[in-house]
Amino acid sequence: MSGAPMKIDAQLPTASPANGWIVLLGVLAVGLALPALVSGYYVSLGTQVLIFSLLAMSIDIMAGYAGRTPLCHGAIFGVSTYAVLYGVSVAGFPLVTAIALGIAAATCVAAIFALLAIRTSGVYFLLLTLALGMIIWGICLRWTRVTGGENGIRGDIRPAFLGGNVPFYYAVLGLAAVLAVVMWRFVSSPFGMSLKGIRDSEGRMQSLGYNTNLHLFLGFTMSGFFAGVAGAAYALFNNFVSPSTVALTQSVEGLLMAIVGGVGTLWGGLIGAAAIILLENIVSTYTERWPTVLGLTFIFIMIFAPEGVLGKLRAVLTRFRN
Amino acid sequence: MSLFQLLNGLTFSALLFLVASGFTLIFGLLRIVNLAHGALYLIGGYAGYTIAVKTGSFLLAGLAAMAFVALLGGALEQGLLRFVRAAELRQVLLTLGVAFVLNDMALVVWGGDSFTVPIPSALQGAVSVAGVIYPKYRLFVLLVGVLVFMFLWFLLNRTRLGALIRAGVDDVEMVEASGINIRRIFLTTFVLGSALAGLAGLMGGAFLSLYPSADAEILTFSLATVVIGGRGSLEGAAVGSLLVGLLNNFGQVLFPELAYFVIFGPMALLLAFRPLGLFGRTA
Repeated sequence: MSGAPMKIDAQLPTASPANGWIVLLGVLAVGLALPALVSGYYVSLGTQVLIFSLLAMSIDIMAGYAGRTPLCHGAIFGVSTYAVLYGVSVAGFPLVTAIALGIAAATCVAAIFALLAIRTSGVYFLLLTLALGMIIWGICLRWTRVTGGENGIRGDIRPAFLGGNVPFYYAVLGLAAVLAVVMWRFVSSPFGMSLKGIRDSEGRMQSLGYNTNLHLFLGFTMSGFFAGVAGAAYALFNNFVSPSTVALTQSVEGLLMAIVGGVGTLWGGLIGAAAIILLENIVSTYTERWPTVLGLTFIFIMIFAPEGVLGKLRAVLTRFRN
Repeated sequence: MSLFQLLNGLTFSALLFLVASGFTLIFGLLRIVNLAHGALYLIGGYAGYTIAVKTGSFLLAGLAAMAFVALLGGALEQGLLRFVRAAELRQVLLTLGVAFVLNDMALVVWGGDSFTVPIPSALQGAVSVAGVIYPKYRLFVLLVGVLVFMFLWFLLNRTRLGALIRAGVDDVEMVEASGINIRRIFLTTFVLGSALAGLAGLMGGAFLSLYPSADAEILTFSLATVVIGGRGSLEGAAVGSLLVGLLNNFGQVLFPELAYFVIFGPMALLLAFRPLGLFGRTA
């Protein structure tokens, strides 16, 4: 495997801070108004979009900024979901403790995965993270005593004041807004820039004196932390976890969301999550063949629009205008 | 570990070798991880099961499974992967999409029940191996694994096609520059690798049974095998499958619930020292 970075050949627009704030305020305004505009079902769908946009953004930190496409973030996300539900419904911890444990567990898993995977890049990295994620899935499926096997863990763990659809939606909106800003600051910090440098030329960063392995390790662990926060929110949203939460499909959907929105844009994760979750809901009303549609979407995007649907649209519009 | 356990591990390794050898050859030559390989295994198993039940012939079932899956593999290589040549990561993600579609289509055709391919009467029953009563069929799987290894070794080391494949694993551009139609070699390797996955599906379907998530499980084992053995190496696939197969069996005996975890340890250890695997070389 060559050491050259192999990224999904995307155009990577650099979001200027001013644009970022405008986008954030715009999204927040729409987000705040949403429960007044649509019915309860769509509010719950909106909550799901927000949670998964965090997952997609955490994947984008690796795929878009560090140039290492991971296929294990669904598993990291799910570890947190499992830990929170196990902590509250089985071990009887207070919710806050369980959430802290869940996020810590996800971060630890990410750190272990990072230690194993950061020395590889490109296809090898993808393959290795895929295998690591599958191991989590295998353990969740087989370790029946702790994980409940196929039956999973169920528990109404949402506190009373967040019980309704709308209050919970606002709580997740607040969380997502704060975390999105944190992730955005993270990728535009000098540290985030060093990740971009590694993506573009690892060798050059090394000769500049950067400890690229350490940077990749920290970047991976941080992205795992963000995925863990999203996973904990998902535990409260879903009140249920089963092996399908840590399955490959979850990692693949998360990556697809990041790609649809455009890798290396961070905000794209929100658009990707909205697009994929809406598609899943629309498809599911007509047919049970969601995996086929997901697979076909992946194939089409890889062939026709690897820079993401938004990037493609932008390119087509630019060509049209000229 | 008793002889019985050892034989269990060895026969599982032989099955794993059938899956992983095709997987690693495709990975080595085409530089892509075919994530649809597990789905090809599953479909080979299902197709073989259908033929075996309809005709009652295990041999016919094997041939049909190999032919059907080889056809699918050829269609995947020619029909889809050609559009994303030279973009390895995109190819891999594309095969992931194909894996989802194939798995879901298999669910439509064969449903969610678990099937076991009927074993031919000549291979039913057990024989005594050094005092241990052991099922004949599993020994047959071991034999097939060894035969396939010998066949592939001969193909790679003693034929012109094999020489071209080995050359392609080392340096595709040089092979092309010497006037060889590398695309045809790619296709041949892909079809051969897929056929092996189909054969493995039938062989495995008779003692592990087939069910909708069997493809993901076998894919994880093959990934571990290739990570341990190294990309594109037949010897690596053999050693890797022995290690993974024996360790998995060992793990299942000692920690039945955490068997998956046991293949993780050596993989981690190996990666710390040899990120490219035991027999892997830089491209």
